[in-house]
Amino acid sequence: MREIRLKVAALLMLFSLSGCGYNTFQSLDEGVKADWAEVLNQYQRRADLVPNLVSTVKGYASHEKEVFEAVAEARSKVSSIQATPELVNDEAAFAKFQAAQTQMTSALSRLLAVSENYPQLKADAGFRDLQAQLEGTENRVTVARNRYIKAVKEYNVLARSFPQNLTAMVFGYKTKPSFTVENEKAISAPPKVDFDTK
Amino acid sequence: MLLSHPVPSLLRRCLVAVLMLPLLLAAAWALADEVAVPPLVHRVTDLTGTLSADQQASLEAKLRQLEQQKGSQIAVLMVPTTQPEDIAQYSIRVVEAWKLGRKKVDDGLLVLVAKDDHKMRIEVGYGLEGVIPDAVAKRIVAEIMKPSFKQGDFFGGINLATDELIALINGEALPEPTRQSSGGGMSDGGILPVLLFGGVFLAEFLRAGLGRFWGGAVNAGIISVLAWIMGGGLVAMIFLAVAAFIVTVSNGLGWLGNSGRHGGFSGGSSGGFSSGGGFSGGGGGFGGGGASGGW
Repeated sequence: MREIRLKVAALLMLFSLSGCGYNTFQSLDEGVKADWAEVLNQYQRRADLVPNLVSTVKGYASHEKEVFEAVAEARSKVSSIQATPELVNDEAAFAKFQAAQTQMTSALSRLLAVSENYPQLKADAGFRDLQAQLEGTENRVTVARNRYIKAVKEYNVLARSFPQNLTAMVFGYKTKPSFTVENEKAISAPPKVDFDTK
Repeated sequence: MLLSHPVPSLLRRCLVAVLMLPLLLAAAWALADEVAVPPLVHRVTDLTGTLSADQQASLEAKLRQLEQQKGSQIAVLMVPTTQPEDIAQYSIRVVEAWKLGRKKVDDGLLVLVAKDDHKMRIEVGYGLEGVIPDAVAKRIVAEIMKPSFKQGDFFGGINLATDELIALINGEALPEPTRQSSGGGMSDGGILPVLLFGGVFLAEFLRAGLGRFWGGAVNAGIISVLAWIMGGGLVAMIFLAVAAFIVTVSNGLGWLGNSGRHGGFSGGSSGGFSSGGGFSGGGGGFGGGGASGGW
């Protein structure tokens, strides 16, 4: 009889180590933080490209004032938001951050659309390199965001499943925000290039 | 004996399989629209039938030589189309599945051509982003691949592009390639079942020789040291030590045979072992760097 109790106790011990999910929370939370840091890294990389891009375009298309103003405004908005790892835990701040980055994407696509009007600009080797860098960075942003979304999904599923949601309640783990797509499609659609106003 | 019936565990396994089946079917159906990532067997994979056998062989030889000399892994993939996905979306899925390049060095590279879409992409691994930044990749795509592809010379375009990429990679200081030691370094998942069985095996002898408690203690000690040597972490060591102790103290072999905790243990090896003539990825990572283009 004692042997059976010993076995049952040992079995329960082994199961309970992994059942409450505390350790899984830690590792998934760290995964989310790491992926978020990568997203921030790539957005920062994009922001760093902007001054060069703007000055190159200005060299050929200096009177496109509206576009440059839009880019400057977007850039200041982006840099005014404190992009810290903690942003992941604050839904409202996260939404603001996402909106600012979307505005930047839209301003940049307008800037590149402008270049369509200036064949000399398009032919400029420096501009082509910057364009390649920007495209590469946008792709990196997309990849980083996708990985972040996957990590958040894993974390949120765990935070909402039973019995891990009890652990989450005890330790105060909330579900984390993820990137949404709906508004973005409308805002970041490239504007039509209007040849009449040239 | 508690938990020594074989029937319930078989029933449990059948139930799990039955429940999983509709999920697997649903997942397969949902993904049916996207182009599947082809299995990685050779360095040059041509699903469009454009390249002749000789051309593929010559490219393979060049890329194999690069890997032997430098360690870096370049693969070429030609598909008819990547729709409905963008070529960059498809490309990142391919490299995440193939894991080109060495682990931690991340020196992998993929040259992808979507023939019917008239699009191509060079996907650069993290480790090569210094020597092949996006601007350079774009230049290779636009100035080397595009003119040849426009004339329908696919082999020429890919050949010249790979020459250029190899030249760039050769100029970069990367870690020396190591000889593939077969079976060296089991990934973590592989240790646990081996050591569990080892613990059970040892338990019999140690219990007979040292008695229950001391047999258990010695078994726990031996197994945890073995786990540490084979590269297991602290958690694996503790878990195996506890399991070894319990197995020795209780009389049971049937006890362990029914524990359902083997979920995460199987399937430890995923790529990284080059068996015979097959080609497999080295576990390298990609971040979305590179450049796309069209003709």
